[in-house]
Amino acid sequence: MQWRDTVRTATEAVRTHRLRSALTMLGILIGITAVILTVGLGNGAKAEVRDQINELGTNLLVVSPGSSTDSSGVRGGFGSSSTLTVEDAEAIADPKAAPDVQAVAATATTSVSLTNGDTNWTTTLTGTTPSWAEVRSREVTSGRFIDEDDEAEAANVVVLGPDTASELFTTGNPVGQYVTYNGSKLKVIGVLEELSSSEETSNNDLAVVPFSTYSERLVGGSSRDSVTSIYVKATSEDTLSAAYQETNALLLNLHGITSADDADFSIATQESILTAATSVDKTMTVMLGGIAVISLLVGGIGVMNIMLVSVTERIREIGLRKALGARPRSIRRQFLVEASVLGLAGGVLGVLLGVVGAVVLPHVTDTRVILSLSASLAAIAMAIGIGVVFGVYPASRAARLAPIDALRSE
Amino acid sequence: MSAVLQLHDITKTYATGAVEVQALRGVSIEIDQGEFVAIVGPSGSGKSTLMHILGCLDTPTAGTFHLAGDDVASLDEDRLAEVRNRHIGFVFQQFNLLPYLSAWRNVELPLVYTGTDRHERKERALAALAQVGLADRADHKPGELSGGQQQRVAIARALVTEPAMILADEPTGNLDSVSTADVLGLLDDLHRQGRTIVLITHEQDVAEHAERTVQIYDGQVRTEVAGAVA
Repeated sequence: MQWRDTVRTATEAVRTHRLRSALTMLGILIGITAVILTVGLGNGAKAEVRDQINELGTNLLVVSPGSSTDSSGVRGGFGSSSTLTVEDAEAIADPKAAPDVQAVAATATTSVSLTNGDTNWTTTLTGTTPSWAEVRSREVTSGRFIDEDDEAEAANVVVLGPDTASELFTTGNPVGQYVTYNGSKLKVIGVLEELSSSEETSNNDLAVVPFSTYSERLVGGSSRDSVTSIYVKATSEDTLSAAYQETNALLLNLHGITSADDADFSIATQESILTAATSVDKTMTVMLGGIAVISLLVGGIGVMNIMLVSVTERIREIGLRKALGARPRSIRRQFLVEASVLGLAGGVLGVLLGVVGAVVLPHVTDTRVILSLSASLAAIAMAIGIGVVFGVYPASRAARLAPIDALRSE
Repeated sequence: MSAVLQLHDITKTYATGAVEVQALRGVSIEIDQGEFVAIVGPSGSGKSTLMHILGCLDTPTAGTFHLAGDDVASLDEDRLAEVRNRHIGFVFQQFNLLPYLSAWRNVELPLVYTGTDRHERKERALAALAQVGLADRADHKPGELSGGQQQRVAIARALVTEPAMILADEPTGNLDSVSTADVLGLLDDLHRQGRTIVLITHEQDVAEHAERTVQIYDGQVRTEVAGAVA
């Protein structure tokens, strides 16, 4: 029997039992859609995290207070008192001590409520140095960023994030106007450029004040010099690891620590932050992928079930075909191809549904889905494979039927 | 005339659990090229078992069986399938047409398993349908045909491979008297054209169409009588 005839016979059988075939395909379809979307969601989440981390700036090191156990992990549970100070930041900024560091920005942050007349808005107040804009690769769309004079005078000036500005000032240009925090009036001197790709609001919703203003006038507290984190920008991508070494050595020295294991700070690279952030997503992806594979397996069992029913139901047809000269192998092939046709159809429809899902999902749940062609093709191949694997047993049962028994059955 | 079919001392024993049933106890039959032979017998006589062996659907326990010169008693399943395909045209009581295929697609089915080219298959299927007088029904599905017409399609399917023998198992069992006459008339025609026909039946008046009747009783050939030549 020629392949062409086998395929034709199989598709005819599938088409003859429309409802049954559709239900069988549904099992495969759901599994394949789940696989496609899981992979797509995983890729989407990864891309999102990467974007967010890239928005921090380029060639960046982030020094945080508290210890860390290794160079890649950012361990939670920061020290109860901040161990990093403005002096640390100034030391790293010294070009003689750290030649591969281009710029350093110490930041201290806290959540505050700003008011403008009747409007009030909770945002992140960031106290930092003028170098912040360079380190974080941010620009202002109107007005100017804080400068050395502001820092020296501890001026009551603020640069607002684009979202913060639009929340507090619904009309007109905010530059030149005032916002109030805790009784202190702060003059708005600039508005930051929007990071459009960011899903994370903290990059667009913030208020930046000079570090001196932050520590001396606004927040203060017991440790006026302590900072939340120090951003260190290396001169280039190639010098990033040298900058890391220099920063590490300087801080150990300044803090009087002899063993690197006892460090009371940790330095993270963007790559290490990415790894830490995506490892959580990876776990989710593996879990969801596992569920998807299980649903595919269930779909495969559905195929086997239907093929067994099909063999039983078409026992006379099998007997007749054998009487007319079909060899066992022709019968086996016919049923195998039929199972693969079911798998293929379910797979193709599943990928189509996955594509539809990838278009619809972002509108519904605000998550990004990135489909990959290779994953889609692999999913279709998997669907056919499942058809074949779960078709083997029913097909060989059909092939083994004795023609007289098959013909005799009513 | 040369014998197209030679059975010699065929026995067939079925083992159902502990009980052994001897369905055939030494049957010897010879059928010549172009003969029209009826095999008759009551139910339980071993008639069906004999039909299965004649049709190469089953192998005998002992004895020799030559079909068109080949010894088929000891062939494996693949070779038996080939022999059935080449040498035997089946006509069943239940017609056994595939309901989802049109008449000509049913007729071409044996040729599919010989690997015949598509165009030739269709040509030969249509020719076989014309031979049974159903050229104008080629595209009808079995459900759209009467019982008699369905059996004609089945006979066309049996003819299409030009087999050494047409083996008809109770071909009129499911037909009314008009269709019965119709189908038997067709078999007579085919016989006149030189086809070898083996007809298995339990009805005496159907058997009378054959040149020769072989009576099976208790797994043995009881008598061979020459019937009325149609």
